[in-house]
Amino acid sequence: MSEPLLSVGDLRTYFHDAETIARAVDGVSFDVTRGEIVAVVGESGSGKSVTALSVLRLIRKPGRIEQGSRIFFEGREILDLSETEMRDIRGNRIAMIFQEPMSALNPVLTVGEQIAEVVRVHTDASRHDAWERAVEMLALTGMSDPRERATAYPHQLSGGMRQRVMIAMALVLKPALLIADEPTTALDVTIQAQILELLQKLQEQLGMAVLLITHDLGVVAEIADRVVVMYGGEVVERATVTELFGAPQHPYTEGLMNAMPRLNQQTERLSTIPGIVPPSTAWPNGCRFRDRCSYAWEKCEMEHPPLYTIDGNHESRCHLAVEPERRESSHEPIAARGQVHR
Amino acid sequence: MASNRGIVGTVISRLVQAIVVVAIVTTLVFVLIHTAPGDPFAGAMDNPNVSEALRARWRAMYGLDQPLLTQYLRYIANVARGDFGWSFSMHRPVLDVLKDALPNTLVLAGTALVLGFAGGIGLALIQATRPGSRTDRTLGAGSMFFYAMPDFWLALMMMLIFAYWIPIFPVAGSVDPIMHEYMTPLAALADRLKHLALPAITLALLSGAAVARYQRAELLRVLPDDYVRTARAKGVSERRIMLVHVLRNALIPTVSLLGLSLPVLFTGAVFIERVFAWPGMGWVILNAVSTRDYPLVTAGVIVAAATVTIGSLLADMLYAVVDPRIRGR
Amino acid sequence: MRSSIRESVAAEPIGGRAHWTRHVIRHAGIAGGVLALIVVVALLAPLISPYDPIAQPDIIGLKNAAPSLIHPFGTDSFSRDVLSRCIYGARVSLSVAALATAIAVILGTLYGAIAGYAGGVIDAVMMRLVDAALAIPRVLLLIAILALWNGLPLWLLIVVLGATGWFGLSRMVRAQVLSLRELDFIAAARAVGATSPRILIRHILPNVVPTIIVAATLGIGHVIILEAGLSYLGLGVQPPSASWGSIIQDGADQVGSAWWISLFPGLLIVTTAIACNALGDALHAAFDPRQITGASTEIDS
Repeated sequence: MSEPLLSVGDLRTYFHDAETIARAVDGVSFDVTRGEIVAVVGESGSGKSVTALSVLRLIRKPGRIEQGSRIFFEGREILDLSETEMRDIRGNRIAMIFQEPMSALNPVLTVGEQIAEVVRVHTDASRHDAWERAVEMLALTGMSDPRERATAYPHQLSGGMRQRVMIAMALVLKPALLIADEPTTALDVTIQAQILELLQKLQEQLGMAVLLITHDLGVVAEIADRVVVMYGGEVVERATVTELFGAPQHPYTEGLMNAMPRLNQQTERLSTIPGIVPPSTAWPNGCRFRDRCSYAWEKCEMEHPPLYTIDGNHESRCHLAVEPERRESSHEPIAARGQVHR
Repeated sequence: MASNRGIVGTVISRLVQAIVVVAIVTTLVFVLIHTAPGDPFAGAMDNPNVSEALRARWRAMYGLDQPLLTQYLRYIANVARGDFGWSFSMHRPVLDVLKDALPNTLVLAGTALVLGFAGGIGLALIQATRPGSRTDRTLGAGSMFFYAMPDFWLALMMMLIFAYWIPIFPVAGSVDPIMHEYMTPLAALADRLKHLALPAITLALLSGAAVARYQRAELLRVLPDDYVRTARAKGVSERRIMLVHVLRNALIPTVSLLGLSLPVLFTGAVFIERVFAWPGMGWVILNAVSTRDYPLVTAGVIVAAATVTIGSLLADMLYAVVDPRIRGR
Repeated sequence: MRSSIRESVAAEPIGGRAHWTRHVIRHAGIAGGVLALIVVVALLAPLISPYDPIAQPDIIGLKNAAPSLIHPFGTDSFSRDVLSRCIYGARVSLSVAALATAIAVILGTLYGAIAGYAGGVIDAVMMRLVDAALAIPRVLLLIAILALWNGLPLWLLIVVLGATGWFGLSRMVRAQVLSLRELDFIAAARAVGATSPRILIRHILPNVVPTIIVAATLGIGHVIILEAGLSYLGLGVQPPSASWGSIIQDGADQVGSAWWISLFPGLLIVTTAIACNALGDALHAAFDPRQITGASTEIDS
């Protein structure tokens, strides 16, 4: 196995306030190899977006990446780089696209200008050349009339088109890694499919790796190679796509899969995971999922589970890995008790 | 894409609105002034030898004994021909008096506007790049201080400090009363500038403080916006982010502040013109009011209101130019 | 749209709310305290003032005396003690400002609420008139009125000040009423048979109160400055009453030689105005924490 393109080790990103510390990302590790698509899955509050922003060191006060975290990219330790060196990497070797294309684009600049800006910031291309590359890129993302569209302002384009602009902006300098934070969540379902297809196509064409942040398992199943499931600021399961969907190990992953509505199911009510994500200012001791887990027992409260290796590359942060027989005795999670059932 | 018909239509409708407003203002002012007690001939020419009969004759000559409506209609007809009447106190046509005074006020207000906005925006940029720091808080306290100040008092204090205690600038007037005619063109220009300095700086300090407060708030409001984060993710430098991305957006509402500043600048100019004896519109109107020079007061207030209205209109149009979201309508 | 880091971190701001509230209270507290102090001084003027403000004990010897221990603010050209004049002047300046603002608030709220609620042609016409009124710089209008009707009694001055200061507020109130009018709970009230005036008073106006309070606070500061200016021109408060502006006027001609006469009342005006602005801003932030702007919501300019 060649050296991974990106190697995140024990990443901790905390938000400090006068009174409290929010441990949004609390010891996350994963690798991304060249050309592969790694999906980071979790719900709001899991820390997945903060993880993505940490890789690009876009975390601002009061948040900061704690000592002891490691982020290796193309053989260099990102956390040791100066701000200038970091700016070199952003938009150039690592690019990022965000969830809300309307608010993520500057409303008073044309989209062409915003794409050309990336080129001019990192290369000495002339205005004209940068513009040409912007138009080229728009064409590559499947935009019709790219030359005309480049002179438009964001508010004049549809949601799908804006996301194409964001993608063009991110990929114009052919970065080695694309971080996509919920790129399709804010879009219509039909547009979602188009954008996903586009991402896949470009990824193959440019041979780049993708770190895809999402809460949508459908998207994961569609394009990811490997999956990292996050909960409570930690990685709770790591596996290839087939392994994950074939045999999910962590109860949270199980819950997520059960919550996905499927066409061939004959259920009256969608199942949900009872309870809510605990606040990052006060992670519970022991396993952070235990209050919502159907299998939890005393050990789960006493011992914080490490990331057990199930088989090969499949890992799970759950004591069931060493006591699988407990799976038989499922019960109502603590969080579900006292809830009104209709 | 942007529709040109939309812009032209908007401009025309705004222009019509502006005309309506000025018309209403004219009527209001006319009625107001002419229903006030006294008239130009009652006390202004305070010569007891002037008999009542003579006064009555003067009144008839100027049509001041006619009913209000008649006077009003005659006035409108005259104004349409560009005739604003005769100024009793200045012994010249009103139009001439205004033609001399208005440019003076425009120079003063214009200079103060430019200085104030440039200074205010610059100050806001400095503050917004280091929010919460001691620089920010000091500058913020400073602008709050100037913002709460009566203009005439600041003018008096500026005069005290910079014309009396530290005599850098002349005390009053727009030109040196004695020497100006004999100066070379360059020296004459310098003379004018020296006289302009204190009044303009005073006005600029006041409007600049308001601009700084407003612009700082706008800059800070825009800073956490998502597209700023996108720009960072593209590797854009903080400086470029502030100047190109943030400022461009934060400047838009400030442009509308331009329109709102015009009345304020005008009224500020009134007091400052009085303190520094600057011969502008405010000074003229004040004198006219105390001498009951009806035509001059009427015309003065109307022209002032018209200038302010046109200025607001221009500011609104500027707003449309600056914000592409409005343009494409 | 804000960056959603916070959302992914926690549901509530991390200690944010408590911290911010303390901040607001502290600022509002200082400003309010200063204002309260000035008001108290004004109320207790006869007890606190070292001298009689209109007494002219020694026109020859004490004329234009510089500040000293016996006369902390100096004396004016009639040998009157400036400090005492300022203390009594506080009464005039504050009461004029407060009453005029009250009038402006009442007029502006009623006008704006009716225009906003009625809508349609009535609203359009009403607002056009307001636009026209706003086009005339307020100071010019006041100068014209006060100079042409010379020597107005104090109460009439207050009325005139109030009557020229409600236009901006009416616009703000109208805007708020317009948006409130479309809310569901209004439709519900109407469905239950409530009449328009009742809806206006019981349902809409209470929601407009924060705006009014902020505008009133800022407005008082504004009117103090305005009245001072008019008194400086000799058009505002007439002798024997004296507001801070009148005192400045006394010293304006001799500002080079007897600077203390104009300086101290001015400082008092600035202090009061700053306190009003700070209090108004703090209240504004208190009522709408997301909108911590530097722009003021003044009654009129």
